[in-house]
Amino acid sequence: MKILVCISKTPDTTAKVAFKDNNTKFASEGVQWIINPYDEWYSLVRAIELKEKDPSTIIHLVTVALADADPIIRKALALGGDEAIRINADSHDSYYIAAQLAEIAKQGSYDLIFTGKETIDYNGSAIGGMLAEMLGLPYISLATKFDLSGTTATAIREIEGGEETDELSLPAVVSCQKGVAEQRIPNMKGIMGARTKPLKVVEPIAIDPLTSVVSFELPPQKAGVKLVPADNPEELVRLLHEEAKLI
Amino acid sequence: MSVLIFIDHSDGQIKKSSLEVLSYGAKLAAQTGSEAFGLLLGTVTEDLATLGKYGIKKVYQVNNETLNHMDTQQYTNLIAEAATQLTAKIILFSNNLTGKAIAPRLSAKLKAGLVSGASALPDTGNGFIVKKSVFSGKAFANISISTDIKIISLNPNSYHIESGSGTAEIVQLGLTVDAAKTKLLSTQKASGEVVLSEAEIVVSGGRGLKGPQNWGMIEELAKLLGAATACSRPVADEHWRPHNEHVGQTGLAIAPNLYIAIGISGAIQHLAGVNRSKVIVVINKDPEAPFFKAADYGIVGDAFEVVPKIIEAVKKLKAS
Ligand SMILES: Cc1cc2nc3c(=O)[nH]c(=O)nc-3n(C[C@H](O)[C@H](O)[C@H](O)COP(=O)(O)OP(=O)(O)OC[C@H]3O[C@@H](n4cnc5c(N)ncnc54)[C@H](O)[C@@H]3O)c2cc1C
Ligand SMILES: Nc1ncnc2c1ncn2[C@@H]1O[C@H](COP(=O)(O)O)[C@@H](O)[C@H]1O
Repeated sequence: MKILVCISKTPDTTAKVAFKDNNTKFASEGVQWIINPYDEWYSLVRAIELKEKDPSTIIHLVTVALADADPIIRKALALGGDEAIRINADSHDSYYIAAQLAEIAKQGSYDLIFTGKETIDYNGSAIGGMLAEMLGLPYISLATKFDLSGTTATAIREIEGGEETDELSLPAVVSCQKGVAEQRIPNMKGIMGARTKPLKVVEPIAIDPLTSVVSFELPPQKAGVKLVPADNPEELVRLLHEEAKLI
Repeated sequence: MSVLIFIDHSDGQIKKSSLEVLSYGAKLAAQTGSEAFGLLLGTVTEDLATLGKYGIKKVYQVNNETLNHMDTQQYTNLIAEAATQLTAKIILFSNNLTGKAIAPRLSAKLKAGLVSGASALPDTGNGFIVKKSVFSGKAFANISISTDIKIISLNPNSYHIESGSGTAEIVQLGLTVDAAKTKLLSTQKASGEVVLSEAEIVVSGGRGLKGPQNWGMIEELAKLLGAATACSRPVADEHWRPHNEHVGQTGLAIAPNLYIAIGISGAIQHLAGVNRSKVIVVINKDPEAPFFKAADYGIVGDAFEVVPKIIEAVKKLKAS
């Protein structure tokens, strides 16, 4: 079993969101970068759990990013995984990123490819589906459970108002969210081991992006909270009914 | 040239988020001087001709019951084929769970630029620029699509449903349906509840409620308001509530008209999933709770005293 886990780097969840250069670029000065939580907590951990069940499993991590992502990929390796590949490019176009990942996926003939639900900065939720199409593979979007029995997979995926259980044959692409696994913390052995695991850097293939960011804007500021005294909650109901007209 | 709108359904019913996209698509067609068509895969109980009232001229249907279960490859191939036959230049989805599964696949198949999570109509004055929510609701990005065919998925609850009069012509599409690669084993429905991602009102509880045994009042208030229930991450992590109720940076991002947060501190990661709500009400006993900064209305008080009184007041209002 060979698993490819797609890892992306995102600003820390508490990072201040601000823009520069006439609102065309994210102001990344002083921002702490982390592994995208969906990749770290769910897809990577699930891959590690599958390897724990079947130690012959090989896990490769892949990211499309410049060298400043190396600490992130090392941290991911500290959690688990056998080696990492970094495609040396920086892009916010999902199609461009997916095409780079597809190239690696084709060369490595993986049985299973995991992505996270979405990146918490650009919120595309797009890479998994694109990658599946480029590889001609079945795709389970937003899995909350994933299990394997030989090359048959069962996945539970979220649907509006519930969940469904699907069965499919590998190879496949699966995007993971909460439920698939539980967040782990890397241990000392993992951190030491990660230093010597291979991190291969490859150059991107030529791909024309399909979209580009023109500008960013911040949402309008809230006017401020209108407080209602605790001994008069009826007033809140009146305001929601008469002023906000929502109930 | 046309605008093709994917119509999503479950249990024979068209989803509310698709009615939003139909309204959005009809407006976009008018804006770009083209016609809006709907496309429905599978079967529904309602009369598709009535969808004309949202401003679309025709509804194309692939009337095949096996399509009531979505397989991303099967759906993508059918939509791509329909889009080609109808020379669709703009293809629209709701950015709901189905849209998230298919729109990116279709984008790769057609090499058509995708903007997912759009929050407004595109600016078509000079190029084609779509505004979308980024940084988990903390900002917007204006994204330009440079390809001939464009795909947009619209965030649920970010465009109002507009209906008038009109009847759509129903056209059956005789497309070949390939075998699905994924097999549906079972569905587990959360019965009778309002779907969180489509809810107009959401009542949400946090760790301040102390334990799952205290959720009765949250559910009662939600029921009275026709609302869905949600929770903060630790509440789901402690298994007080199911994980599909977890909203925030690492859970579901929602944008209801009214979000009522009870006993939730308002951590930045929680706000990331709810900050697109139109009106936020916060009930928290700590006046310094960060959530008050993001709120429109608030009560500083003990939820166990305040919420039952709110329930009584809503009951009175509904009775009057
Ligand atoms: C990477 C990352 C991702 C995260 N993602 C998410 C996410 O998606 N969603 C999320 O919710 N969190 C997320 N978190 C966690 C987040 O940081 C907070 O820890 C969490 O939101 C706190 O939940 P809470 O407000 O329910 O609990 P607490 O912070 O414990 O707050 C409880 C609140 O209840 C109030 N209270 C107590 N008793 C009463 C009473 N009787 N009446 C009224 N009020 C009362 C208190 O004053 C307090 O404000 C994430 C954290 C990290 C690091
Ligand atoms: N630059 C990248 N390199 C590797 N994987 C990525 C990259 N960007 C996104 N992904 C993967 O795709 C998932 C969904 O991202 P997105 O479609 O951008 O929201 C992420 O959770 C990652 O698993």
